[in-house]
Amino acid sequence: MKAENYVVLEFLSRSSNESFARMAAAGFAAQLDPTLDELGDIKTAVSEAVTNAIVHAYPDQLGKICMKMKILEDHVLEISIRDWGCGIADVERAREPLFTTGGEERSGMGFTIMESFTDRLRVKSAVGKGTTVSMRKRISQRLTGLR
Amino acid sequence: MKLQTKREGRSLEVLLEGELDHHGAKGLMQRLDQLIETELPLHLTLDFSGISFMDSSGIAVVMRCRQRMREAGGHIRLCKAGPQPRKVLEAAGIQRMVEME
Repeated sequence: MKAENYVVLEFLSRSSNESFARMAAAGFAAQLDPTLDELGDIKTAVSEAVTNAIVHAYPDQLGKICMKMKILEDHVLEISIRDWGCGIADVERAREPLFTTGGEERSGMGFTIMESFTDRLRVKSAVGKGTTVSMRKRISQRLTGLR
Repeated sequence: MKLQTKREGRSLEVLLEGELDHHGAKGLMQRLDQLIETELPLHLTLDFSGISFMDSSGIAVVMRCRQRMREAGGHIRLCKAGPQPRKVLEAAGIQRMVEME
């Protein structure tokens, strides 16, 4: 699908960038006039994906995270988050609820939440090379006649 | 993340304010651990009315508090979660493990 608009952001894997990333995603999505509920879903899914990159891709170092946001045909928002970190050996297992290799401040629910808060989630990963998480969500088209 | 506590007998109510993500979760956990250790409540209520955003890091915080309270023979409940935190909590099935109002 051809992008009607896009933004690419690159930032360092510092946890202080988690709130920046979800605010940026919400700001970009605003042009699709999402409901508050949809905006909450987008912020939540982005927060999960970016946190995964910060915690798991670069456990002992700082690295680069790239977030690409696109508006596709039919009011579809696509957000992909890429890192060049350690990669995931078993993606299927990582996507299972409650699976985590993180410390006790992780719940193992990140992928489950990304899945339930978006319409489509794809995860591509190679050990030692990095991971790309790509999410799509269709934003409802509201009646705009009176605006 | 800001915390406000209110104590009545062996009941402790903690009002959480701000955004609960991975960045703040570890610090919050330590402060809640400390509160449980020093106040020794039998009933701990986490008031979510001031949480403007939460991701799965909040689930880990709640599960840890639940564990700590169980070890101490106490009980935990959550109240006043807004739509976004509630949706995250419910997606994780927290309502099956922790009393939610």
